[in-house]
Amino acid sequence: MRATIWGSRGSIASAGPDTVRYGGNTSCVELADGDGTILLLDAGTGLRRAGMHLRDSSVPIHILLTHLHMDHIQGLGFFRPLFEPGRELHVWGPPSTTLDLRARLTRYLSPPLFPVRIRDLDSIVELHDAPSGPWQIGPFTVTAASVVHPGPTLGYRVSAGGATLAYLPDHEPALGGLAGGPAWTSGHDLAAGADLLLHDAQYSDAEYAERVGWGHSSAAHAVAFAEVASVRRLALFHHDPDHDDERLDGLLAEARGIGRGVDVIAGCEDTSFELSGGG
Amino acid sequence: MSGVMAQRPVELILARQLASGLAVPVLLVDAQGDTIFFNEPAELIFGLRFDDVDALSLEGRLEILAPLDADGRPLATERLPGIVAVRERRPAHAAFHLHGGDGVRRHVEATAIPLESAGGHVLGALVVLWTTKGAEHAGHP
Ligand SMILES: [Zn+2]
Ligand SMILES: [Zn+2]
Repeated sequence: MRATIWGSRGSIASAGPDTVRYGGNTSCVELADGDGTILLLDAGTGLRRAGMHLRDSSVPIHILLTHLHMDHIQGLGFFRPLFEPGRELHVWGPPSTTLDLRARLTRYLSPPLFPVRIRDLDSIVELHDAPSGPWQIGPFTVTAASVVHPGPTLGYRVSAGGATLAYLPDHEPALGGLAGGPAWTSGHDLAAGADLLLHDAQYSDAEYAERVGWGHSSAAHAVAFAEVASVRRLALFHHDPDHDDERLDGLLAEARGIGRGVDVIAGCEDTSFELSGGG
Repeated sequence: MSGVMAQRPVELILARQLASGLAVPVLLVDAQGDTIFFNEPAELIFGLRFDDVDALSLEGRLEILAPLDADGRPLATERLPGIVAVRERRPAHAAFHLHGGDGVRRHVEATAIPLESAGGHVLGALVVLWTTKGAEHAGHP
């Protein structure tokens, strides 16, 4: 399984000379595994570049949305395959008993916020509630589960060819407690034993103290969560828009200092990971 | 999924966190009615420490606390507020006596609300308890 980060910034895109190494586009990760099926985790502004890269492909595309905050859906309207006649697209998202996914996405993909309506697109777009149990998309076994973050929010676990990636870009497990062991740790089962975990690491400890309940983690919480879930490698993700490359280097170094059994790396835009079950 | 898959739904994790910070006695049950948590104020009513029992099956809880209705008869399981909440998906209230693990019989009232996920699944119930009369010693009617 190959994972490519097209965007790892949190909250709002933050292009500029100070963010070139970690990247300024918001959440989007592409997964591919041989048979051509394309999985895209979230549709932040990074989705636009993912779409340019996919334009010659005719295989179905599956977009798995963790939630509908703008930084995770804003790229949808600028995703080239959406405008290709006959192109098959599936969008999966958190279920709700009140408004379905189409109604909620239409709040953004309709005038006056966006000039084109979903129903007027040239592609064939199917919207799905993520099932409560594992399901299969081509070679990928996907599991979605609710995690601590404001509003219905999912994390994803994707396995293929013996390798597993866990994706929890917006997650505040500390709010539910990080000392209760696996049974009482939000997101544990999604991340358990993953070869690579992409996890929210938006804040420093001092910043987190002022933003408890906002739905995000400090880098130290990301490390603690990775340790509870026994993951092999943790990529810090959903970087604060106010953190420039230098600041993020500092947070990464701190996280590496406290991570005992976890290999902590930077979730940088434009990086790819080749995942195999052996690590 | 691999390894130990024992994680509770996130809604119950947050409910436990909320309960553990409240002065109001709170009991959490899962979708089967098994006790998965009670807070320190509830420990005083049950005469039990949560850490000593950890999770309690419904049968185990009934055996220890032996709830009685106003007439002194065992309270039917299906009348327990937490059970009504998860089985019938509605709030429920009841007044009854129970026997604490400390040997003290107490008159309590309990109100339960079902915890349903955004996806529409019943995950459990949050039961708020309070004692309505002073503690009574076991054996007194
Ligand atoms: Zn976000
Ligand atoms: Zn968010």
